[in-house]
Amino acid sequence: MKYVDEFRNGELAKNIAAKIAHEALPDRAYRLMEFCGGHTHAISRYGLADLLPPSVRMIHGPGCPVCVLPIGRVDQAIRLAREHDVILCTYADTLRVPASDNLSLMRAKAAGADVRMIYSTQDALQLARDNPTRQVVFLAIGFETTTPPTAVAVQQARATGLKNFSILCNHVLTPAAMHAILAVEGGVSLDGFVGPAHVSTVIGSQPYEPFARDYGKPVVISGFEPLDVMQSILMLVRQINEGRAEVENEFTRAVTREGNRKAQAMVDEAFELRASFEWRGLGTVPYSALKLRPEFAEFDAETRFNVNYVSVPDNKACECAAILRGQKRPQECKIFGTVCTPSNPVGSCMVSSEGACAAHYSYGRFREEN
Amino acid sequence: MCLAIPARVEELVGADSAIVNLGGVRKEISLSLVDDVVVGDYVIVHVGYALQKLDQEEAEHTLAAFAELGAMNAEDPSL
Amino acid sequence: MSMLKSNYTRALDWKHGLVDMSYGSGGRAMAQLISDLFAAEFDNPYLAQGNDGALLPPAQGRLVMSCDSHVVSPLFFAGGDIGCLSVHGTINDVAMMGAQPLYLAASFILEEGFPLADLKRIVQSMAQAAKEAGVPIVTGDTKVVEQGKGDGVFITTTGIGVAREGITLSGDLAQPGDVILLSGAIGDHGMAVLSQREGLTFDAHIVSDTAALHGLVAAMLDSGAQLRVLRDPTRGGVATTLNEIAQQSGAGMVLQESAIVVNQPVAAACEFLGLDPLYVANEGKLLAVCAPLDAERLLATMRAHPQGRDASIIGEVIEDAHGFVQMVTRMGGRRVVDWLAGEQLPRIC
Repeated sequence: MKYVDEFRNGELAKNIAAKIAHEALPDRAYRLMEFCGGHTHAISRYGLADLLPPSVRMIHGPGCPVCVLPIGRVDQAIRLAREHDVILCTYADTLRVPASDNLSLMRAKAAGADVRMIYSTQDALQLARDNPTRQVVFLAIGFETTTPPTAVAVQQARATGLKNFSILCNHVLTPAAMHAILAVEGGVSLDGFVGPAHVSTVIGSQPYEPFARDYGKPVVISGFEPLDVMQSILMLVRQINEGRAEVENEFTRAVTREGNRKAQAMVDEAFELRASFEWRGLGTVPYSALKLRPEFAEFDAETRFNVNYVSVPDNKACECAAILRGQKRPQECKIFGTVCTPSNPVGSCMVSSEGACAAHYSYGRFREEN
Repeated sequence: MCLAIPARVEELVGADSAIVNLGGVRKEISLSLVDDVVVGDYVIVHVGYALQKLDQEEAEHTLAAFAELGAMNAEDPSL
Repeated sequence: MSMLKSNYTRALDWKHGLVDMSYGSGGRAMAQLISDLFAAEFDNPYLAQGNDGALLPPAQGRLVMSCDSHVVSPLFFAGGDIGCLSVHGTINDVAMMGAQPLYLAASFILEEGFPLADLKRIVQSMAQAAKEAGVPIVTGDTKVVEQGKGDGVFITTTGIGVAREGITLSGDLAQPGDVILLSGAIGDHGMAVLSQREGLTFDAHIVSDTAALHGLVAAMLDSGAQLRVLRDPTRGGVATTLNEIAQQSGAGMVLQESAIVVNQPVAAACEFLGLDPLYVANEGKLLAVCAPLDAERLLATMRAHPQGRDASIIGEVIEDAHGFVQMVTRMGGRRVVDWLAGEQLPRIC
């Protein structure tokens, strides 16, 4: 697979690892956060932590939209499916998220709710066209990578006068989440960020510049493949050593400073900022999420149907809030691996395979126990 | 929600769709989010949409930098 | 002159006919379905006895029995269908015990409204698979359920065989130091089926690897290599099967990712859908655990057989009370290859 396999070359990875080991100063620690869930997955899946010197530690960030989706939002989707007889479309990732009353979308489906897994918002539109007498609701989640596809669907629905299609909007914003992590009392002990790959494809590298400038933390936007991640870590180590705090772009083959202006414009046309939005694990964050503009209100499932958002608190023993900020590690949570496992996730970090706890449980826990 | 893959545009379909090919697997995806895509281009595909064109020249630069790193390491006795 | 022929029965309408409730009711219609379709296609002396059970010759050795139900959707896919799948699957389960498969039983649950044309196609496929494998279908059963209560057709096959003298294979026999071998490329069956299922369609030249493996197993047993376990990685893939064996044996494993073969279209299809090939079903592959000194010999034997051409040594069994299956990735780092929490769903993240 062109432009994939070449970036998974084990020999080249060793070279970069050697460089990192050589350049990492012996008397200091490098605490690097990879913001994006996809990077967490790549690091875990390829065992990249083994290629790093002990002084370089990767901390998993909150860039997993399934992980930060509050229970109350999943409850909303389940209520729509069960009480309003809609066809509830969702990406596969949300199907198993445990919600209130021992339910999940998958369990609701088993009990008769019409929940359908889709791969693309085009599928949701098609379902609406194929089922004119039924209401079709798309559970829209994701960061800036996934928002443009939703924007396209809503635009097309309006252009074609589709009357039975709406979305439950849970799109969230990366810079706001980074801000929530960094703006912690007393500062935060993170030395740099591995910036998201495909979010940056859409938003460009520019939005990260305030973070580098205001918090003095270097950001390197990294491609998705293991060589990209290794190279980005090397670039971060260099910045830290040289006392620089800049936004650098390793993923030049897909990311520019401006990003994809066309996609941004489409999102801007359909969506506006919510004043505040509750994030699982991070609490309420201002201007961190999107909702449909008034002109598109007919496509907003929250107004079309009467489903209010009811906040549901996390389990008291859950340490996700600290883990998402990199303040604690999964192993330091009392219920990790016992009460809370991928089969029975209690908190947001365990819910998706990219959450810090799930990634560690699935790919890395053998290290502790051996 | 980052999973996206680079695929080669094989055929344009209608006004805003294309058939892309990754390692022999072909799929129809939407081009609504990108402009001026031609057959032979590589695009980053996410949930059925092309998000951006892949800059092939930059890709080659990045790969060349990796390879050069290997050569540098080979010359450095301390590594 | 009488215009009626005595004992005239109308032939079943194979082109346009549908299964209806009478085919399961035990009356004439069912008898006709059995004689015109099942008996005609499966055609062997045991079935020809015409009784509810088949009288078989005495077995020469320890008996092995296995049973599998098949509910695959879609029913027809590139490289196979539910029919040959059900024959191969049970033959393989018997073979994995180190036994020679001898006879099969097949039971069908048909949904009212299922096209007879499709049923015939499936039965013919089963007949061909059974004939090629040399394992006859000697008895069976048919039931019909109302429309909406079944997915077209469900097939359950049971197989009986005789274990080879002196051979005992079991999942709890893997020991630290043993070598793990895989007979070929993984993920083809699961991705072939997925690529046809509604909602995940794309054009890919991926063909199910469904095959009867008892010939390969016989060759492996003939080699004299000391085998501990044989198992075919079906649902849940190689990852699940190895975890099962690790748990049963109370040992750990270390695999080498670079030694595991994945055909390019399968790898690409997995990339598109965010699936890990290690968890994708196979229907024509096997995993073997053998004593370390015999590994090279066993590998050579497998590679010499048409179904083992891409065989490779993929890892080893190690001392580990936790029973983790670890893998050295192609990057050189390590990861755990864990159990799946439920069915693997395509990832978008």
